[in-house]
Amino acid sequence: MSVATANPPGSEQDGYVSPARRAWRPYFLVLPALLLTIGILYPFVQGVIYSFQNLKATRPNPEFVGFRNYQRILTDNDFWHAAWVTAKFAIGATAVETLLGVGVALLLARNSKVSSFLERFLILPLMIAPIIATIMWRLMMQPSVGILNYILKPIGLGGIAWTDTPAMAMFSVILIDVWIYTPFVALLVLAGLRSLPSAPFEAAAVEGAGPWFTFRNLTLPMLAPYILVAVIFRFMDSLKVFDVIWGLTQGGPGDALIAIQPKAYQEAISFSNFSTGQTYMVILWAIVYLTTRLLISVLGRAQARAAGV
Amino acid sequence: MATDKPSQQVHQQAIPEAQGMAVAASGPAVDPDARPRSIGGIGLDLLTIAYFAFALFPIIWILMLSFKSQDQLFTTYFRFDPTLDSYKAVLGLSSTTESVPFMKYFLNSLIASFGAVAVSLLVGVPAAYAFARYQFKGANDMLFTLLSFRFAPELMVIIPVYVIYQKIGLFDRHLGLIWVYQLITLPLIVWILRSYFQDLTPELEQSAMLDGYNRWQALVKVVVPLVKPGIAAAALLAFIFAWNSFIFPFILTGSNAQTVTVGALAFMGGAKPRYNVTAAAALISLIPPLVLALSIQRYLVRGLTFGAVKG
Repeated sequence: MSVATANPPGSEQDGYVSPARRAWRPYFLVLPALLLTIGILYPFVQGVIYSFQNLKATRPNPEFVGFRNYQRILTDNDFWHAAWVTAKFAIGATAVETLLGVGVALLLARNSKVSSFLERFLILPLMIAPIIATIMWRLMMQPSVGILNYILKPIGLGGIAWTDTPAMAMFSVILIDVWIYTPFVALLVLAGLRSLPSAPFEAAAVEGAGPWFTFRNLTLPMLAPYILVAVIFRFMDSLKVFDVIWGLTQGGPGDALIAIQPKAYQEAISFSNFSTGQTYMVILWAIVYLTTRLLISVLGRAQARAAGV
Repeated sequence: MATDKPSQQVHQQAIPEAQGMAVAASGPAVDPDARPRSIGGIGLDLLTIAYFAFALFPIIWILMLSFKSQDQLFTTYFRFDPTLDSYKAVLGLSSTTESVPFMKYFLNSLIASFGAVAVSLLVGVPAAYAFARYQFKGANDMLFTLLSFRFAPELMVIIPVYVIYQKIGLFDRHLGLIWVYQLITLPLIVWILRSYFQDLTPELEQSAMLDGYNRWQALVKVVVPLVKPGIAAAALLAFIFAWNSFIFPFILTGSNAQTVTVGALAFMGGAKPRYNVTAAAALISLIPPLVLALSIQRYLVRGLTFGAVKG
């Protein structure tokens, strides 16, 4: 709703304001932010240009090479390996975080004495820098001072090598991500649970619906938009994973955890092949963009359905 | 609708539970503690405790580790003689050989995060107000450009910025970090504040102007005070995310402007890694975000979702 139109002309107390000036007012307010945005946009555009050049540290005056970078990368096994690592991580982490997060939200929504007390600590892992959280877990997984293997010994799981094999490294990095971000999903879903209208639940109770029936047919559909918002944020962020992987093993063992963003880091910063690294990032950006569009259209449908309940 | 379900009698008792789940938060209609405690309730409490044990144990254990002495580091688990040696080492108070200028990193983090939030507030508050109150050409384009910064992979910008900074001398400078941190702080502040401004009815300004304020005074004296908690929450959240950022300072700083997130990693390396000192460094660097986060807990959901979910 716009004030500029809702306000009859001449009602301004600071004297007469011409329509032209009023039309310019929002632009005036936005201008500083706009300039800043353009300033940030410039490197974006520059980056896309790099992906069509052959810029490296040793070649400061690059030439245009058309789509050759894209062609080379998309036919390179390294890229498909990185894409596969990214997909495994993103799907695994998002799935576990969503299931666990919804579970935690349902537990906290009971508002029992215990859960009300513990709820205030929910956000702590989320507010710690992911890199610091990863360092903490690395200390816990460390074979000599680490506490995890000591705790797990009584149940016959001592001596786990947390990052020695590709499979274990993937498990460990997802575990750390789950530790950090489950509160994010739980927090959102909990907000959703607490904003649900009570009338349908009262009606269901009067009709004698069981808790599982109520959950499946009322709670879950009405909650779906909240869960989807959480999934969108988590999935997008895990496609760009860097901190937890770099903090845990720098992508190792071997290239087991080299997802797309760590791969681009190696190419652009470690090897100074700026154009190659940047091409990886443009491809990742396209993947993120298309996935977001897809998930947001799913969200739109879920919101429409939830509103119809 | 479900009256003919055969299981209705069996489940009858559980209904207040399901109902309470939805409405208890909105008022005193269902008092959870007035209910007799069931076996199921205790089981669910235990599950809740199990999750929080998983969530909080690492923080508690790191705290313990940071108080261990080097002698007892490898020989003890829970019982040891606590010392402050690790903290002295992190703060540069002990005369150990390998020193990491951690307090300098801490100060760098403060300068970069604070600077980034200040710039974002200065340009973001008027912009957010304009987005909430006016329909103007290009508004949506700009809003979605800002949102796309949130979802863009960081390196997509960092690689060109790295090349540019090397050329123009902003590499390893605070100003360089403050500039790229706008990618984190500006979208957050504009989107959250826009949703707060939208919550206020435009009649507010109109009546203020009828009372003799001009539009500018109405904004500063009436609207802004009302959204002050929102502004504070958005600013603190932006500060936390800037503080927690790793990949930007990791690539765009060297020894001069390095932040705690990069510096803490330095303690992990070395020929003889001192895990207790690493723990102390990690703890010191997570104090500012944790303290700030606890103060804005009420506003977090809206902040974390850019106003998409109003918690």
